[in-house]
Amino acid sequence: MPLDNVVFWVFAPLSIATAIGMMVVRNAVHAALFLVVNFFTIAVMYLLLDAPFLFAVQIVVYAGAIMVLFLFVIMLLGVDRGDPPGERLFGQRATAVILAVAIVAELATAIRAGVGFATRAPEGFEEANPGGNPAALADVLFRDYFFPFEVTSILLIVAAVAAMVLALRRSKSITQREIEEHAGDDLESYGMTPPGAPESMRERT
Amino acid sequence: MRTPIAYFLLLSAILFALGSASVLMRRNALRIFMGVELQLNSVNLTLVAFSRMHLELDGQILAFFSMVVAAAEVVVGLAIIVAVFRRTGTTDVDRADVLRG
Repeated sequence: MPLDNVVFWVFAPLSIATAIGMMVVRNAVHAALFLVVNFFTIAVMYLLLDAPFLFAVQIVVYAGAIMVLFLFVIMLLGVDRGDPPGERLFGQRATAVILAVAIVAELATAIRAGVGFATRAPEGFEEANPGGNPAALADVLFRDYFFPFEVTSILLIVAAVAAMVLALRRSKSITQREIEEHAGDDLESYGMTPPGAPESMRERT
Repeated sequence: MRTPIAYFLLLSAILFALGSASVLMRRNALRIFMGVELQLNSVNLTLVAFSRMHLELDGQILAFFSMVVAAAEVVVGLAIIVAVFRRTGTTDVDRADVLRG
């Protein structure tokens, strides 16, 4: 049995098992940890598919950054107790399982018709990757996909600003404009003493 | 490479189905979000598998862009969940019904 077959048959069941674990476990932190393992197994699949750059990106971005963010939010909100008991939509879980089985059957039929269960990937991927996979990807990315790449940077900045705006806690603070509007007001009517007032005035208030 | 491409596609189909089942089953917004992430990853796996099958790198590029967009989506989505939690005190999506007609 060739090595990549062994690796596939070790990590594919692990991937499915962790996905099921993510789905059924009650505690949200445990679900997130299952999802981390699942992302690692998908990264191994990328390695089997001769995509070492995406393997690294998958681990750094998904298993690292995104899941840390998830765990941070779960613990920040303290919602690791799971769903409250009692379904509000009757039979929703059974329907979800039936639909999941249906979509697997449908996609399997499509794969069989379109690709065939025995089709192996052709050899010669090394020729499509001159100088190694990351270098070849960089060639394609910065030559053919340069404009989308630049648009991505705008997207990331907008997302960062949007997250700050959404998560900002609105505090009651006065703006410079309000200060200027009320600059000529009689402070005594607010029950306050103007700064620099004589001592006698302070004692009066 | 000896493993048939269809096995990767089948694995990705199963993961997609599990992700969507997880989205349908849960009411906690964070759990739903995790299901969406699993779906995104399974589609990425399909893209990379087809990229290998056709000996083209464009599939990997698309998967790469999909990861970048997913990162931005996670940031905004989690910020929305935090904002909703501040307002309603829960992440139960059934309780976020302010816009119900």
